[in-house]
Amino acid sequence: MLEIPCPWCGPRNESEFVCAGEADRKRPSDPEAETEEAWADYLFNSTNPKGVVREWWWHVSGCTRWFQIDRDTVTHEITPVEESSK
Amino acid sequence: MTRLANGGVIDRQRPLHFTFNGKRYQGYEGDTLASALMANDVLIVGRSFKYHRPRGILTCGPEEPNALVQLVSDGDQPNLRATEVPLREGLEARSVNCWPSAKFDLRAINSFLAPLFPAGFYYKTFMAGRWDFYSRFIRQAAGLGRSPKERDPGRYERVNHHTDVLVVGAGPTGVQAAKVLAESGRDVMVIDMQASPGGHLLFHSCQIDSQPGVEWVSQAAVELRDRKNVTWLQNTTATGYYDHNMVIAVEHEPAESWLRERLWHIRAKKVVIATGAVERPLIFPGNDRPGVMLADAVARYIQRFAAVPGKSVVIYTNNSTAYAHLETFKAAGIEIQGVLDLRESLSETELGLASKSKVPVVVNSRITGVQGRSAVKGVTYQDESGIKTLSCDLVCHSGGWNPLIHLYSHAGGRSRFDQESAAFVPGERAQGAYSIGGANGTFSLGQGLKEASEIANLLFGEKSDDSASSALAVPVTEGEVSYRIDEIWPEKGLKGKAFVDFQNDVTTADISLAVRENFRSIEHVKRYTTAGMAVDQGKIGNPNVIGLVSRELDQEQTSVGTTTFRPPFAPVSFGVIGGNERGLLIIPARTTPMTDWNIANGAAMDEAGANFRRPFFFPRAGESMEDAVAREATAVRTSCGIYDGTPLGTFELHGPDTAELLNRLYTNRFDNLPVGRGRFGLMLREDGRLFDDGVTFRVDETRYLMSCGTGAAGAVYAHIDRLLQTEWIDLKVYLVNVSAAWATMCVCGPMARKVLDKLESDIALDPSFRFLDFRDGTLEGIPVRLARVSYTGELSFEVNVARRSALKLWTILIDAGKEFGITPVGSETSGVLRIEKGFISPGHEGDNITNPFDAGMGWIVDMTKPDFIGKRSLLRDMRLGGERQHVVGLLPDDERAAVADGSALLPAQQELSRSGFQGHVTAACFSPTLKRTIALGLLKDGQSRHGEKVIISGLENSCPATVSAPVFYDPKGERMRG
Repeated sequence: MLEIPCPWCGPRNESEFVCAGEADRKRPSDPEAETEEAWADYLFNSTNPKGVVREWWWHVSGCTRWFQIDRDTVTHEITPVEESSK
Repeated sequence: MTRLANGGVIDRQRPLHFTFNGKRYQGYEGDTLASALMANDVLIVGRSFKYHRPRGILTCGPEEPNALVQLVSDGDQPNLRATEVPLREGLEARSVNCWPSAKFDLRAINSFLAPLFPAGFYYKTFMAGRWDFYSRFIRQAAGLGRSPKERDPGRYERVNHHTDVLVVGAGPTGVQAAKVLAESGRDVMVIDMQASPGGHLLFHSCQIDSQPGVEWVSQAAVELRDRKNVTWLQNTTATGYYDHNMVIAVEHEPAESWLRERLWHIRAKKVVIATGAVERPLIFPGNDRPGVMLADAVARYIQRFAAVPGKSVVIYTNNSTAYAHLETFKAAGIEIQGVLDLRESLSETELGLASKSKVPVVVNSRITGVQGRSAVKGVTYQDESGIKTLSCDLVCHSGGWNPLIHLYSHAGGRSRFDQESAAFVPGERAQGAYSIGGANGTFSLGQGLKEASEIANLLFGEKSDDSASSALAVPVTEGEVSYRIDEIWPEKGLKGKAFVDFQNDVTTADISLAVRENFRSIEHVKRYTTAGMAVDQGKIGNPNVIGLVSRELDQEQTSVGTTTFRPPFAPVSFGVIGGNERGLLIIPARTTPMTDWNIANGAAMDEAGANFRRPFFFPRAGESMEDAVAREATAVRTSCGIYDGTPLGTFELHGPDTAELLNRLYTNRFDNLPVGRGRFGLMLREDGRLFDDGVTFRVDETRYLMSCGTGAAGAVYAHIDRLLQTEWIDLKVYLVNVSAAWATMCVCGPMARKVLDKLESDIALDPSFRFLDFRDGTLEGIPVRLARVSYTGELSFEVNVARRSALKLWTILIDAGKEFGITPVGSETSGVLRIEKGFISPGHEGDNITNPFDAGMGWIVDMTKPDFIGKRSLLRDMRLGGERQHVVGLLPDDERAAVADGSALLPAQQELSRSGFQGHVTAACFSPTLKRTIALGLLKDGQSRHGEKVIISGLENSCPATVSAPVFYDPKGERMRG
């Protein structure tokens, strides 16, 4: 069980959280300006790297804060992301 | 009875009576079932898995492969190791895997058929023909213990614990490490598998700081347990090491008598693994006979339990350990016939110990056979001068030591083969796992204590301080025999059955065969031969398998490698995994204030979304489900029904940007909704598919109350919260889930207004209270919010009220409605009413492909808005065009046809062919109002096919049906607006 550093509650068990996928997938500010390919890429594709990935996590069974962490998919090493860098 | 008059830690004042395989015996407090059986001269404790060979106790710990028992007296627990079962008064146990008895097992015939059962026998033999035919016979013969039939009477619980350092194992090194770490002020938790601390010192005499080792450990333990920063658990086995230094441990025999086991989730910053090592068997023909035991185990039974398994012993070894036991054996009155040593020469110490005990040693010798089938009568061995025999009733063997690297490996650590100690020892580290002592391949006590004393440096990079108290100095040891081993393998093509995995009956011949058949990866050899796959998980046998494979392949052991160690280290009961979460507590059902009333009034309850159980329908005496649903539906259409709508999700949205948020969430507009009005809204996913629908009210300029489907409530909340916190962080909106604060009851039907009129109220129910209006006020003095919303297509009032007042108001409404025939309505009836009305349900007609246009809901999509969730994807759908499946109504020719949800829709001329699949039925029912079967479905190009015939093809029958508009009742909606 991973230990997830919630910026509000501190380190808590993974079971209190929902992993909400990669954080670099930002909703385009003008979706209609996107090509079909770019829009489909936003909707359906993830980078899924072997190594460090920036992710959204949701502390649903806690403070309900959404926040980002950097997680290494190989070692599960987690580095908190500074709030200002969002 | 072979019990010494003195010694051991058993309490001879407290005899205990127990039953094994139907026979009564007596042991003492402090015994395990295994030691008590040994003291009663019970030699055969079980049968092996495949050949049903008689087997005796081999070890003294959790690695025991032979002495598996079914514990009948304490619930019905299968496959427990007798070496781990503490003896209790009245304990009743049975051997597993034998019939009719352990002493006389009919399936032992397999033993004579052994040449027919090589590795991979089942794979090879039952390939041809029908496995399901063979499997009936094979399954009957397979398996060990019997699965319990009764509900587990034991109680369990689960606990979380956080600590700076977890020390696993309270042997000398673990205790010394705990001492150093506790002294440094850190929170330390110590867990130990055995009943008392001491590790291997409980069984072996050794001096630490000039006092008997076990006393040194106990004294240190007592001092440590008193400290505030130390948590100490005995009888607790660490079963797995998971991510981020989480160790899961099972506490057996907790202090609370009502509790059978407790599961610990321990999160530590660092974990010290001081679990020691287990002895490895030697490989020789007949090494599984009852009376052939591991040397160290025999010493343990003598030292701890004063139980002696034989009178006359032959010792067989390749290392120095056995020599340390010679005095112990002699003192217990065992006659030592000799030591057969595989090695060519002995060390000075070993020679000294042998001559001190006057024991003859034969070097360069190997056992070629064991005499006796169900009890040892003697051994034949070969030395330089030829083949000889020795009589004995006990063979003790020692093939060296396996460090317990399991937890280290679970953490992700690698292992490497160490030539000098001939063992796999911890290699590259992962996470915060640090092995010390025997678990690290450090078999010298002195060295182990040195490692433990330097633990703070190892874990935290802290140099030990010279000024620290002397308690932290490295303890001085005396009386150790330094460990020496020569790895000597049996010759290839060994005659007779020499076992490497006792429980699964894997022999040297099986390993050779697997390699001959080109299984080269150790993982493949393991799976093909099943070596290491039994209850003991290869704790004692795996290094032997690896050694044999490396010899067959002519490779180094390091390059052969180990198989992957996976949790659990020792079997874990299902009960303790479940903990308190059993029965109704597995998924606690949510209730509404009306749940008890509903049940008391005969509701047939059903699972609804979001863990709610709600009334399905309310059958009266003698009524079938169809009858009850028809009666309830007719009441709603002709008089009045009342429905508990509390499970619906309700969210309050508040803030200056709420209107903008709703505009972006829904396909239609909410900024122009007047205060005091509600509007039906449709929510899409970003891919343009139906997500949820519901009515949202504008309470004031900046405050809205949103309702959504029961099952979708969690997902809708997550959706909105995500957008607010991650995408649209500039929008000033508070989102509060108030689902549990409100109770909702829906009074529906042409008489609904009349029912409410009977109540004392400050809310005028005149025609100015229009459809989709809401008004706040009181009913019979109870504050309510009354809303004109309809899920049934009839005139209806939704009464929203604080939960605490809900039941009171519900009963008032029921009483007031009696003269109008008010009828409680269940969810099944509600579903029938919605199908009649053709109201789209995203959970039914939305199949993750349906968009609002497919559902005939284009009227609610405002494509002129700058943006809303799903708009971009809808634009793509519109641009692409093409054939899509549309929601349609279906009227079967057979007006009473039973149509199942999910039935296929086929073109009329292609009956019973699957190739013409054009859609499916999403919901179907018998409509009591129309007196015929009706259905909704998704049909290819359906909107342009009204009036056409299709075939509804179910699993059991099919019938022709006419395609229609998906509204069967009051298409203009005059009734609900009335």
